[in-house]
Amino acid sequence: MLNVSIYRYNPEVDDEPYMQDFQFDTEGKDIMVLDVLEKLKIQDPSLVFRRSCREGVCGSDGVNISGKNGLACITPLSEAVKGNKLVIRPLPGLPVIRDLVIDMGQFYAQYEKIQPYMINNSPAPAIERLQSPEERAKLDGLYECILCACCSTACPSFWWNPEKFIGPSGLLQAYRFLADSRDTATEERLANLDDPFSVFRCHGIMNCVQVCPKGLNPTKAIGHIRNMLIRSAT
Amino acid sequence: MMAFFARFTLTGPSNWIIQRITAIVMAAYLFFIVGFLVINPALTYDQWSALNGLLSMRIFTLVTIAAVAFHAWIGMRCVLTDYITVRLIGPKANGVRNVLQLGLGFIILLYLMWTIKILWGL
Amino acid sequence: MGSLRKMSFDAVIVGGGGSGMRAALQLAQSGYNTAVITKVFPTRSHTVSAQGGITCAIASDDPNDQWQWHMYDTIKGSDYIGDQEAIEYMCQTGPEAIFELEHMGLPFSRTEEGRIYQRPFGGQSKDYGAGGQAARTCAAADRTGHALLHTLYQGNLKNKTVFLNEWFAVDIVKNADGAVVGVVAIDIETGETVFVESKATVFATGGAGRIYASTTNAHICTGDGVGMALRAGFPVQDIEMWQFHPTGIHGAGTLVTEGCRGEGGYLINKDGERFMERYAPNAKDLAGRDVVARSMVLEILEGRGCGPDGDHVYLKLDHLGEEMLNSKLPGILELSRTFAHADPVKEPIPVVPTCHYMMGGIPTNVDGQALTIDREGKDKVIEGFYACGEAACVSVHGANRLGGNSLLDLVVFGRASGIFIEKQLSEGITLKEATEADIQRAMVGLNRINQSSDGENAAVLRAELQTIMQNYFGVFRRGDYMKQGIEKLDELRLRVENVYLDDKSNSFNTARLEALELQNLFETAYATAISAEGRTESRGAHAREDFQERDDENWLCHSIYFPGSKEIGKRPVNFTLKTREPFEPKIRTY
Repeated sequence: MLNVSIYRYNPEVDDEPYMQDFQFDTEGKDIMVLDVLEKLKIQDPSLVFRRSCREGVCGSDGVNISGKNGLACITPLSEAVKGNKLVIRPLPGLPVIRDLVIDMGQFYAQYEKIQPYMINNSPAPAIERLQSPEERAKLDGLYECILCACCSTACPSFWWNPEKFIGPSGLLQAYRFLADSRDTATEERLANLDDPFSVFRCHGIMNCVQVCPKGLNPTKAIGHIRNMLIRSAT
Repeated sequence: MMAFFARFTLTGPSNWIIQRITAIVMAAYLFFIVGFLVINPALTYDQWSALNGLLSMRIFTLVTIAAVAFHAWIGMRCVLTDYITVRLIGPKANGVRNVLQLGLGFIILLYLMWTIKILWGL
Repeated sequence: MGSLRKMSFDAVIVGGGGSGMRAALQLAQSGYNTAVITKVFPTRSHTVSAQGGITCAIASDDPNDQWQWHMYDTIKGSDYIGDQEAIEYMCQTGPEAIFELEHMGLPFSRTEEGRIYQRPFGGQSKDYGAGGQAARTCAAADRTGHALLHTLYQGNLKNKTVFLNEWFAVDIVKNADGAVVGVVAIDIETGETVFVESKATVFATGGAGRIYASTTNAHICTGDGVGMALRAGFPVQDIEMWQFHPTGIHGAGTLVTEGCRGEGGYLINKDGERFMERYAPNAKDLAGRDVVARSMVLEILEGRGCGPDGDHVYLKLDHLGEEMLNSKLPGILELSRTFAHADPVKEPIPVVPTCHYMMGGIPTNVDGQALTIDREGKDKVIEGFYACGEAACVSVHGANRLGGNSLLDLVVFGRASGIFIEKQLSEGITLKEATEADIQRAMVGLNRINQSSDGENAAVLRAELQTIMQNYFGVFRRGDYMKQGIEKLDELRLRVENVYLDDKSNSFNTARLEALELQNLFETAYATAISAEGRTESRGAHAREDFQERDDENWLCHSIYFPGSKEIGKRPVNFTLKTREPFEPKIRTY
């Protein structure tokens, strides 16, 4: 039997959060952490977590699994269990609504701050705007972000300044538009980021790179933005 | 003058550049001093005094201490704005941080002037 | 019970997936006060899982490509019960809708000329079937749905659409005239129930793949829109038509895009034989999805399945080379390694036909207006009520959807609904206000769950429902089996209505949502069962062992399921094209 320890907090009932232990029979199978949560929810329907696609593309079920942020649906027990124990907590650093569900408001607010949409005020052609495969290749490793918040909630700088530091996810998206040959608002975008907090609170800790379930590299993107800011300042 | 400094040390890119440049200066000074000590294992007071009597050496030392001052100012400000925030310790945070920052600036200035006094024996 | 808080909007879109956000974008751009009610944060909607691409004749791969050829393929693919007027509109308007998305920033893959990359998909041809395989599916690697959904969300942010994120629509509110004037919805975080009033209510609630035990669909695809419509007394159309995608990963159900076969992959049985050459000598692995799925099941039934239980076949990709797989199908490599423990670079992926798409849904016209049938058997618009995307049946997919047409459907008809509502709002919409009694009628189901004192757990009932659907209404269907299935569903209905909610708390109570979703799943499943049993022929995805032939004399029509009588009727297929003579039904071969 696997020992599963889950963070529980229901604001209507509990004065403070606690860890609840469950015994779980894996039947010897290497299933995903989400499968464990789903089965436990049949036992205890009051257990609350987010989930949707169950294949790692929607970004709903980011949780802290045995100390490391990740998506429950694509983290197999073989990676998550340490010493026959599985510990599941909400992503750290943001307010908990209930059990494993966090309030992602600050995370989304930072995303919205970077103007996450194409800006190109020149008249659109009758067909698509042309873009070479090489220009398009610059977006690889950027556009795939699923906004799961695993990275930003693993980032100490985001823990300390979630209102002012954009965080790895938002900055990855900021660079996705800076790097797009079709976007014409580079100067405006850089001006919006030009302060001591938005970008420069990244101290290269690289927790974001370590936890990203899609294998993306926000630190590298932040480095590109930093270089663009420095070049435009000098 | 203060406004210029405030602005200069407040933007992200300049902070970043200053931290790197001052780090290089400090590293260079460290290497120089360590190197000097290694080359002169039996260092005498006269040798040490002669080195520090050179105008170029005194300027090098002053520049380095100035670099330490900038580096500390930016670095400590970063630490203060990480930990002394309204979100973490409540509404008194801004007041507390300003006081600490003022104190920090005062100490840094004091050290800087003390360095000048030592170097030029004023 | 006191009256609910009321929020009022010009237009309310229920569902934050592709079609909902495309409709919302249209309305927000023209300045109407538009809200999107979505039970998950918009980018977590199931559109995000679409992989291979969006089919459209933009003439990139082949400069001479024509939208009319795409129209022909789609009509043939639908096994001739797709409405030709709607298909014509979709294929003709498609390029414009795609270019808009590109201008909004969708990161399509590119050709050397800098144009949008297109790949071959099943059922695509040039020159009305005479010119061989076409490559018409516009792709952003194998993450097209993700790229599309994020781009649409971004467009809505730019245009300041109001998002009621993590709100759950419970039921439709109808006024004294029977017009739809909004929905009752729960704010999931606080548990507050609110009457969301609107001059135009658009259902973009997606599919209901979760009625089956094995599905490519997300947990959230529970047919909420179909369930609500049925409870409000509105009919659904062609709901027996469920697409089984040939390549779901065996065991896990996760989707492996048809683009794999478009890029040159193929299916093999346990003898290593490329068996599709026998079933579809011309199109082979790129025949219609219904054809491929049935061929796979036959291979398995005849003992040529792979694995220790012989219960799946293999999709072979290793001959395509690592570099090509990395650039064109990176997401598939990830999924296969994670869920099949197979690295497609070196070994084949175990796959099996898996429930994927609901061709049927709420009947609508090309403008997205939801329809019902009046006493004379004529179409009648339901005032205030619209639907688009998978929840709707406009119908462009008929009895079988072509790969890549779902994304086009949701973009084109999300947009069309938005444009039409925009026009109606500018001309002025006046609907009678809902009375307190009207609102309370929409609260009945929720109240029952909230007051439940005994009964069964929603998860247990859901599993039972899924097993019944899987066993009695799968790829191959038989009348006597289906009758048994319906009996089991009749028995299950009482238990579903009596579902027990133990946890009555308000804050983020997902158990309450699952109980509500169960009701929607059940309504959809039941409509499917009745319609499937009623359609006594084989057409498209609906394959009956007891009626193996297509019966154009009796069934070249839509089925319409009426929730009141729990019976099905017939509705004529639209055979009018604006630009040419209609396509007459032919025997469908690939």
